[in-house]
Amino acid sequence: MVQLTLPKNSQMRIGKTWPKPEGATNLRKFQIYRWNPDDGENPRVDTYFVDMDTCGPMVLDALIKIKSEIDPTLTFRRSCREGICGSCAMNIDGGNQLACIFGMDEVKGDVKIYPLPHMPVVKDLVPDLTHFYAQHASIKPWLETKSNTPAKEWKQSIEDREKLDGLYECVMCACCSTSCPSYWWNGDRYLGPAALLHAYRWIIDSRDEATGERLDDLHDPFKLYRCHTIMNCTKTCPKGLNPAKAIAEVKKMMISRTH
Amino acid sequence: MGFKTAYARVHGSGSAGEGSHHWWSQRMTSVALIPLTLLFIVPFGRALGSGHDAFVATYSNLWHALVAILFIIAVFAHLQQGLQTVLEDYVPNKAARTVSLLANTLLCWAFGVAGVLSVASVLFSA
Repeated sequence: MVQLTLPKNSQMRIGKTWPKPEGATNLRKFQIYRWNPDDGENPRVDTYFVDMDTCGPMVLDALIKIKSEIDPTLTFRRSCREGICGSCAMNIDGGNQLACIFGMDEVKGDVKIYPLPHMPVVKDLVPDLTHFYAQHASIKPWLETKSNTPAKEWKQSIEDREKLDGLYECVMCACCSTSCPSYWWNGDRYLGPAALLHAYRWIIDSRDEATGERLDDLHDPFKLYRCHTIMNCTKTCPKGLNPAKAIAEVKKMMISRTH
Repeated sequence: MGFKTAYARVHGSGSAGEGSHHWWSQRMTSVALIPLTLLFIVPFGRALGSGHDAFVATYSNLWHALVAILFIIAVFAHLQQGLQTVLEDYVPNKAARTVSLLANTLLCWAFGVAGVLSVASVLFSA
């Protein structure tokens, strides 16, 4: 059956409470998941206090402040700090978010931060996304053509270009896929909302000439049909996209081939 | 473990080339069950509590028997498809999955055919 309890070596313990910064009056409490592959210990949840008077508004600001002023061993991914690289995806206050564009004013009480759910952890807040990226590669995220390459360019009308809106903006942060229960239980075979949204992005690209092959590749009880319209993907997407709708469109296209 | 690449693991044996029929049929049986349930439940509820003779009287009627048979077929087809989805979701062990899927198909067919035969026997013995 589905694993409802964590294996013994994954069970979380209460970790260290780090000292409060001196002289600060506006403190906020952070509870952050820690796991180090090198020390053989179980994961733990450390407690930090951050002076909000000298901290930026986003969760990532607090993480960077903790790393530079309190605990340099705290490990997380970050790069662009403006929601375009998708590196700092993590579970904040029970939902998957990009730490850089998720404001701490949206969290009531203590800020609880965990890695993306149900992925192998590399260290602390860094998940192993190898499989997730391979799934993206498997849907061939590039233009496939068979006609002779035109002298100048593959033309696309304004209307056809508009069909890609709401799809091309995906930054592959993995928030959606790792929020999906179907992906938790069958992520080895189910492609997940992110890869399927990208698949649809190429399926409806008017310039692409492999629509049929792309649908053939997805026609599988596990790759596509593990989606049961749970909608966690759409609810959590930090970019406000709708992967559930993209998957529904793919299912409709599957049926339109037989009717 | 082993040294398979992530891409090879994702690709696996490729696509099964099925799934859309199952998905569509699940939706069709659920839509069909909306009117069938209403049509079935009214005469069934009326006969309920009034003993064996009331049921014989109800299902001797060709219309009521037809509705009941269609309802039973749709219910057990839908149940089989739905449970198959649940088992595929939640039973990762290959052997357990195969056994439970077989049991599901067998039981749904057995109960469905038993239901259809029961209604038919009442209809034809009247």
